[in-house]
Parts: sequence; structure tokens; C-alpha cells
Amino acid sequence: MSGWISNFMNHPATYLKAGWVQISVSNLIVILLMLTVFALAIFIPFPNEDSGKGKK
Amino acid sequence: MWTARARESWQKNLPIEKLIPDTQPAYVVSWIYVFGVLTIAALSVIIISGLALAFAGPAWYHTSDFGHWVNSLHFWSVQLFFAFMVIHLWGKFWMAAWRGGRIKTWISGAVVFVLSIATGFTGYLIQTNFDSQWIAYEAKDGFNSAGIGAFFNVTNLGQMLLLHVAFLPAVLGLLTLIHVLMVRKRGVVPPIDANSSNTEASR
Repeated sequence: MSGWISNFMNHPATYLKAGWVQISVSNLIVILLMLTVFALAIFIPFPNEDSGKGKK
Repeated sequence: MWTARARESWQKNLPIEKLIPDTQPAYVVSWIYVFGVLTIAALSVIIISGLALAFAGPAWYHTSDFGHWVNSLHFWSVQLFFAFMVIHLWGKFWMAAWRGGRIKTWISGAVVFVLSIATGFTGYLIQTNFDSQWIAYEAKDGFNSAGIGAFFNVTNLGQMLLLHVAFLPAVLGLLTLIHVLMVRKRGVVPPIDANSSNTEASR
């Protein structure tokens, strides 16, 4: 690896702490990305030739 | 004759029209219904790349560029597999997908989820690098304190390797197949507010 990726990854993870809750920034980013994809999957309309009118 | 009874039971519960449908209910026209099949697609990449790793061996995937690439493909498809599976789980949880006699489908999905964690964990243990050594020696105390270290010894590379490449994928594949067959039998779960006008068939 080179450049900013190696600078970003070649050190111990940064952790966020709030009382007994502790999470690494990288894990938090992954969870937030998954929640974003989940929300987009619900709200973005699915392209469909039949427009969901139930034709066969 | 038991074969006749088995055939009749299969035809009654899962006729070919249900097994390979050409239409779906209109409410399936939503991105949230795509994540089950995305999970299966990621699982397919995991199995194919895993077979390549198993046949070519660590002397290949630890030393050659293409071996590193396939090794990375195996790893990253696992990351996508879990992300897709968890989003699929969220979607099914919030639509209470166990409704309409689908409780066994829900339970089988939950079991597949737990088994996937065990399979992923054994995968991390057989990387044969300092990362896997560290994970094993951190995990052994936990398993020993739970009293299962004698049967499931995370520092036993041979045991973890065979569990990861033989036993767990076989059980996982079989349960995934059963899960999908149960979905096909009952059909995809409708949204909670679905009525007869939007449960008609759509391609």
C-alpha cells in the first residue's frame, strides 16, 4: 500500500467512547454506510416496466 | 412406497410453478427485496473463490499476485455478504417477515446468520499470519472460560481449517438452500399494510 491509504491504515484504530459504549471509527463508518444503504433501499423507487400495477 | 409419498408431498408443497416462478407480487418491486438475492450472489463468489484457494493452496495465494487477488476477493465478498445479509435481516425484521406461517423461514435465516459468523471466524483463524495468531490467542481464553475449548480449540489450525472449508460451508449451504425453498413455498412476505390490490402478480 502507498500514499494516504497506508498512512490511514498503518496505525491502531481510533476508538470513540461514551461511558460503557466503545466503537472504532472504522466500524462506526461501516454501520452508518449500511444504515444509509438500508434507507436508500426503502425510499428510492425500483425501476419497473409495469410500474408495479400488477400486470403479468 | 416412500418414494411415491415423498414425490406427492413435494408436488403438493412446492410445485414447479412455485419453485421457478415467472411472476412476483407487485409489492416485491422495491430495492429492499433485492438484498436476499444479493446475499446469495455474494455467497456464490465466496464459494467459488474459496474453492480456488482450497485447490491452489497457501503456497499460491500467499506468494503470487493473482493468489493475493483471489484471497482478497474471498475476503471482500465476505464483507459484502455480511453487509447484504444484515440489511436483509433489518428489512425482514421491520416487515415482521415471520407472518403467514413463515416462522421456520425466519428461524432458518437466524441460524444461517449465526453459522455464518462461526464460518467467518474460522476463516479469520486460518489466514496463517500474525493476525490469525493474535485472534486465536485472544479468543482461546473466551472459549475456555465458556467450557468449550476442548471441543472447539481455536489454536488448533487443522481443526479450524477443516471446519472452515468442509463442515461449516456444507451445513451453511444446505441451510441456505432450505431457507430459499421455504421462501419459495410460502412466497415473499407482503408488507404489513398490503391489500389485495397490490398483491397481484408482476413480472
